[in-house]
Amino acid sequence: MRDAPGTRDYDWWLLAILAAICALGVLEIYSATHGSSLAGMHMKQLRWLAVGAILMFVLSRVDYHLIMDQSLILYLVCIAALIAVLLLGNSRFGAKRWIPLMGQMFQVSELAKLIIIIVLARFFTEVRSDKLDLRDLIKAGLLVGVPLVLILKQPDLGTALVLVPLLFVGAFLAGLQWQHMAAIVLVGAMLVGAVFYPPVSKKILKPYQRERITSFLHPEEDAKGSGYQLLQSKIAVGSGGFWGKGFGNGSQNQLGYIPVRYSDFIMSAWAEEQGFKGVLLALGLYMALLLRLVQNAQRAKDRAGMFLVMGVAATLGFHILVNVAMVIGAMPVTGIPLPLMSYGGSATLFVFMAIGLVMNVRLRRFVN
Amino acid sequence: MSFSFGSDNRLPQQRLAVASYIIVGMIGVLLLGFWKLQVIDSDQYGQMAERNRVRSIPIIAPRGRMLDRDGRVLVDNRPSFSVLLLRDDPTLVEKSLAPVADGLGLSIDDLHDQLDATKALPKFQPIVIKPEATPADVAFIESHRADLPVLEMLSVSRRRYIPGGFMGHASGYVGEVSEQQIEASNGKLRPGDVVGKAGLERQYNDILMGTDGMRRVIVNSVGKEVDHLTQQDPIPGKQIQLTIDYDLQVVAEQSLGARPGAVVALDPRTGEILAMVSRPTPDPNDFAVRISKEEWKQLNEDELRPLFNRAVQAQLAPGSVFKIVTATAMLEDHNPPESFATYCPGYGTFYGRQFKCWVASSKKGPTSHGTLTLHDAILKSCDVFFYTAGMKLGIDRLSYYGDKFGIGHKTGIDLPSEEAGLMPSEQWVERAFHRKWYAGETISVAIGQGAVTTTPVQLARLIGGIASGGVFKQPHLRKDLQNVGEERVPLSEPTVEKITEAMYGVVNEPGGTGTALKIKDVELSGKSGTAQVIGYSTRAKFGKQKRFDDNGWFVGYAPRRNPEIVVAVLVQEGGGLHGGESAGPVARDVVKAYYDKKNKKLQGEVTAENSKPVPPNGTPAAALVPRTAVVKEEESAVHTAPARNER
Repeated sequence: MRDAPGTRDYDWWLLAILAAICALGVLEIYSATHGSSLAGMHMKQLRWLAVGAILMFVLSRVDYHLIMDQSLILYLVCIAALIAVLLLGNSRFGAKRWIPLMGQMFQVSELAKLIIIIVLARFFTEVRSDKLDLRDLIKAGLLVGVPLVLILKQPDLGTALVLVPLLFVGAFLAGLQWQHMAAIVLVGAMLVGAVFYPPVSKKILKPYQRERITSFLHPEEDAKGSGYQLLQSKIAVGSGGFWGKGFGNGSQNQLGYIPVRYSDFIMSAWAEEQGFKGVLLALGLYMALLLRLVQNAQRAKDRAGMFLVMGVAATLGFHILVNVAMVIGAMPVTGIPLPLMSYGGSATLFVFMAIGLVMNVRLRRFVN
Repeated sequence: MSFSFGSDNRLPQQRLAVASYIIVGMIGVLLLGFWKLQVIDSDQYGQMAERNRVRSIPIIAPRGRMLDRDGRVLVDNRPSFSVLLLRDDPTLVEKSLAPVADGLGLSIDDLHDQLDATKALPKFQPIVIKPEATPADVAFIESHRADLPVLEMLSVSRRRYIPGGFMGHASGYVGEVSEQQIEASNGKLRPGDVVGKAGLERQYNDILMGTDGMRRVIVNSVGKEVDHLTQQDPIPGKQIQLTIDYDLQVVAEQSLGARPGAVVALDPRTGEILAMVSRPTPDPNDFAVRISKEEWKQLNEDELRPLFNRAVQAQLAPGSVFKIVTATAMLEDHNPPESFATYCPGYGTFYGRQFKCWVASSKKGPTSHGTLTLHDAILKSCDVFFYTAGMKLGIDRLSYYGDKFGIGHKTGIDLPSEEAGLMPSEQWVERAFHRKWYAGETISVAIGQGAVTTTPVQLARLIGGIASGGVFKQPHLRKDLQNVGEERVPLSEPTVEKITEAMYGVVNEPGGTGTALKIKDVELSGKSGTAQVIGYSTRAKFGKQKRFDDNGWFVGYAPRRNPEIVVAVLVQEGGGLHGGESAGPVARDVVKAYYDKKNKKLQGEVTAENSKPVPPNGTPAAALVPRTAVVKEEESAVHTAPARNER
């Protein structure tokens, strides 16, 4: 058997970075919710982190090749689950994203992300060439396209969008040719243009999504909706200054002006109370995390492992980019949480399981 | 392995390196974004955060007024100030609590409790810490604007009732909404809302209560208003018109005086309640602001139960008033036949047990009734006659009629917490006690003792319905109530004629138990009743302690057939008076007032000018005034025509 990894083979640096980010998250969740009706949320988050850590360990022990062997079944399960959630899922805030499991509500699309990472990694591994030809590129596109459309139907634009960079990074590493890349970038640019161009966006976006776009472009016209949220977030970040207002002292945070300050906008609360120095710490940790992932990819034993790790890196990187950019008002509100800092059960479990895959690859880099 | 991993396992190291650069670039760009907000534009955003204190200030919607049937104001609102505590800055609040408590005369522990209870609300929403600011409080807040910026005043409107508990049980009172009410309201009610807690205030809360408005203002860091965002105007509550006649209500209140008991006057043709009194009563004005825990405890533990609306909640043995039910049953069933007569030696023996007639323990007059028929038996309220009639009818028939006439059923009056009373039957003892009915129990029930209980409003409806030939209207207090319920119990004309003739005789024929109540030119009729609270033997053991008082009843009405007004009176007091003596005069006063007013109206004496709405602060010397002034005249009547004692 090839499986005989020891504890010292774990990426202890990666775990340390992970723990540090989680600690910042728990602290800020506490600061944002103590003394309110949500008090005690940080303890809930700690529970999720503990469960996540266990799942991470479990997932790191099963050889990733064995997991990838089950790609077809996993893919079918994923599609079935997404259809099931559309048919019988629970609605919250007007979207069907949740199914009850063991007394908790889970977002199926988080699991879908993990499965797509595995499925794509296997697909690109099987492309036995340095160059990705157009047929394989289209196949990969279809592979991602089906779950993407299902997630869009929920509707969950944010999670659906995450699949796009996942596909793009995979294709890039599988040898995406420059002319194809140029074409993709062009199509992407047109899509973004369409989204921001009202006559077209009317046809393809839901009303609330269009409203978010408009309020992003003209925040002052929408003093109550998401434009107001973005403005309040910017005020929170800006008023924090370089040194911050101090733990538990952010007026935007404590008085409840920052929307969902314990979850999607937690970076806003952190930036207000800890200032630029705190942001430097947090983003530094995130950068270290992502670079560490790339390093693990570089040292992977095979292409399969590399694709897995980079799938995880691409997903987390996109999350961080979109969430943090939203917090500083550089992107519209999409509902994408900040990995490991935002409060959330399904999302936290997803990140830990994804890191479990990375550990899995790392543990087996010397094994032959 | 089911698939072979790429034979070429070279990794795209160059492209992985590109990924690293992209990551560093991405984080760099994000940091630049933060740099711009937090360092370059920091001052500007700092000012915005400072200005950014939106405060929602409620604009309290006034509750709807209650008018009497002639449009006179019975329940109104008055302007007042509430003291608000602004909670934006927890440290400042904490620091200010002691001086605030001191300056406003509040307990600091209560303040802490209140802050804890409102934790769930957004911090920019202020809380009310003193609902009723005194002029001294206003001065205190004004003079400490600078050092106690956490205080703010809110103009509100407060409920105003006619003082002294006038109509207090009917109107009910308002108070701060309870948690259960908030939960039951589907998000309509919020903490701090003032809602009806009892009586009509509660029954018609949805109509009376308006929708509070809201002013969103921007305040600076010391709480001063700097800008005005939006205003949502309050929607005032709607007023309701009651069937209560203020003039009759005044008389009923005065006539009952401070004695524990109840008065219900209604028009049996429509079911409209003309007056409703229950004593003792709290003053609803005491609840309009906020009642302290001690006061509340005291009201709840008072042995006389002042929060208990006797008019609709007291379930008591109706005593001899019930004989009207027995008599009606007898005439309708012809069992015993109408010609039936019995000899009353002061007691009767049934099922091997001796039952006394009240006349045997009478202090004045004869100690037996002699031979009498139904008419005289009603007049003199002879127990032996009705024992016998009840025995012949049996409990099935008695409970059939009692049930038909509404005993054991709520009348459906538009007040919360009405009680149903109880009409015992064989099925009932089976259900409640799992035993057989004892034949001896029928004897007690036939004279309104034993397990049978009724409420005053039930008795008013019952006597009014029988005198109206079997048409029972749903009693109600709201003038424009839709779909007033009606029940018809077909009674034969001879029965109604006999019964009403006898009840007319109670007041107007020699020997009747209510002859002292006669009113000139008015066909006052009725039936008295005196219900034992405890048995004779127990009474003998404990002596005449106050709590063993009898319940004196009188249900009077006029005219003799198809009455316009029925007055049921309950008086719970000692002194050995029977219902005709204690309760009768109250019923008579109300009926007399009704006719006085009617005659004045006919003669054009009551006009729009002299029946102007009475402002609630212009206290009509109504409530709790000792009844002597009104009763004088009647007392002399008692001397000239000595009333009979009855049991």
